[in-house]
Amino acid sequence: MMKAPAAGDREAVVERLGDIAARLRVDALRMIHKSQSGHPGGSLSAADFFAALYFHVLNIDPGNPEWPDRDRVILSKGHACPILYAALANRGYFSKDHLATLRQIDGILQGHPDMRKTPGVDMTTGSLGVGLAAGVGMALAARMRAKSYVTYVVIGCGEMDEGIIWEAAMAASKYQLGNLVVLCDFNKLQLDGWNRDIMPLEPIEAKWRAFGWHTQRIDGHDISAILNAIDTALAARELPSIIIADTIKGKGVSFMENQCDWHGRAPDDEELRRAEAELSPKGRTKS
Amino acid sequence: MNASTREGYGEELVELGARNEDVVVLEADISVSTKTCYFARRFPQRFVNVGVAEQNEVMIAAGMATCGLLPFVSTYAVFASMRCCEQIRSFVCYPRLNVKFGVSHGGLTACTDGVTHQATEDIAIVRAMPNMTVLVPSDYHMTKAAVRAAASIDGPVYIRLCRDPLPVIYDSSVRLEIGRSVTLREGDDVTIIAAGDMVSAALDAVEMLSAESVHARLIDMPCIKPIDEEAIIKAARETRTLVTVENHQIAGGLGSAVAEVVVENAPVPVRRLGLRDTFGESGQYALLLQKYRFSARDIANACAKAVREKKR
Repeated sequence: MMKAPAAGDREAVVERLGDIAARLRVDALRMIHKSQSGHPGGSLSAADFFAALYFHVLNIDPGNPEWPDRDRVILSKGHACPILYAALANRGYFSKDHLATLRQIDGILQGHPDMRKTPGVDMTTGSLGVGLAAGVGMALAARMRAKSYVTYVVIGCGEMDEGIIWEAAMAASKYQLGNLVVLCDFNKLQLDGWNRDIMPLEPIEAKWRAFGWHTQRIDGHDISAILNAIDTALAARELPSIIIADTIKGKGVSFMENQCDWHGRAPDDEELRRAEAELSPKGRTKS
Repeated sequence: MNASTREGYGEELVELGARNEDVVVLEADISVSTKTCYFARRFPQRFVNVGVAEQNEVMIAAGMATCGLLPFVSTYAVFASMRCCEQIRSFVCYPRLNVKFGVSHGGLTACTDGVTHQATEDIAIVRAMPNMTVLVPSDYHMTKAAVRAAASIDGPVYIRLCRDPLPVIYDSSVRLEIGRSVTLREGDDVTIIAAGDMVSAALDAVEMLSAESVHARLIDMPCIKPIDEEAIIKAARETRTLVTVENHQIAGGLGSAVAEVVVENAPVPVRRLGLRDTFGESGQYALLLQKYRFSARDIANACAKAVREKKR
């Protein structure tokens, strides 16, 4: 693990990660625009913790994606893979040229993450709910083989409707998997509408606590809060941890924010241009 | 002497676990029934009981396999193939992860438990999945060989087991070669191709036929995918008529796999015995086989009829 930097350093780190998150958002939108297919809303809401993970937290080696001691990341909400691919490309796992091939035939970037085709993808995911259980397996494997890596699983809010999430939650608790950290991208929107209308989830923190987890609830767009929460999660050695990150679907692009319509729709040329302007350094200071 | 294939599975897992520290066993609360309880007793640190949560069990195994462990997943065949169908297809077979499934109560061998516990479509389901190897061992020793064969290859393997004790056909020297069958009886009038518990029934049928001067060849097909095309084509050419028998629906299982090879390579009549698009029911195993018409007597009758029609 990277050491927690001193307060002054932390500020610089947070600022740098904010710039990276904006770059990842632009890359994700360009990919989706180019392929005219993909999921922008849930990619943008998860951008800040992907920046924090891949550019600060994770113990990884992009030159050696199969390194047995690496930290693992599972994107259980696999449809948000444009943000994962943007992070992997910018971190050096593969050339950024590939980003233009999202969802295209013979490409390495499938519509949902494929561990055999994309360097740096630790688990194939796509149908919702299954990533957490795979993470339990990786965390158990670490214990059985006396490895110190950490397994991070990014889940969406809608996929907490799936029963297997709670099966996995019980198993992680039974085995006291302190080496398992879940980041929940709690943007409160799912494909058909608001969670509260489709399938109410609250009180969500109480549910996870009742399942035996260490819980935290943070602003998922406050990078400093994300870093602190991960430190706190890792300090809870006896318990699996979940960080419920309150986020905004489509975060960073005004006309996409909190719009269910942008769950799985690609921007046109004009929309991409406006989004890029809002995510530029100048645009970001304005907002 | 009789012994169940699930017993062979449980015992071989312990031997494998002693040889290979990567072996882990996952269970969904029926270890006493699948016989993974022996492994649990010997290697508690490498045994994961997830409770009654089979989908979770498969995904945990998938995660472990990505980290280099060699997980064996046990439950009943009916749950593995259907409740966990998507987990096995999309997250084990698609990424070609090294997960093995040792699943019991195949076919009507969950006899008195009734339809919810009888796996009668499982082979059709898992056989359709790319990257999957499908093994249906016919006795205790072949089951132990199947566990060793599964562990020796990289990729998903489905081993279908039976509940009840079966006659012991082989000895401890038997090997299961992936993609290869075993010809148990030579004959030129008709070929019976059987798998799992139906192999002993077919052996009885061969004896009955012999008394009627019909010389049946009997092929034990412990590996249904990849299937032994060479042996099937040879049998089709030499005996000109085939009878398949399986404790499964006749759609999609062994009979279908054999018929696919025959029609593409050496078309001859193929009679398929098994469940004919119907569910089973609770009842004694032997009585169920009679009622649903794939007992030893039914196999012998089908062969006799096949031979008569061939001579016309």
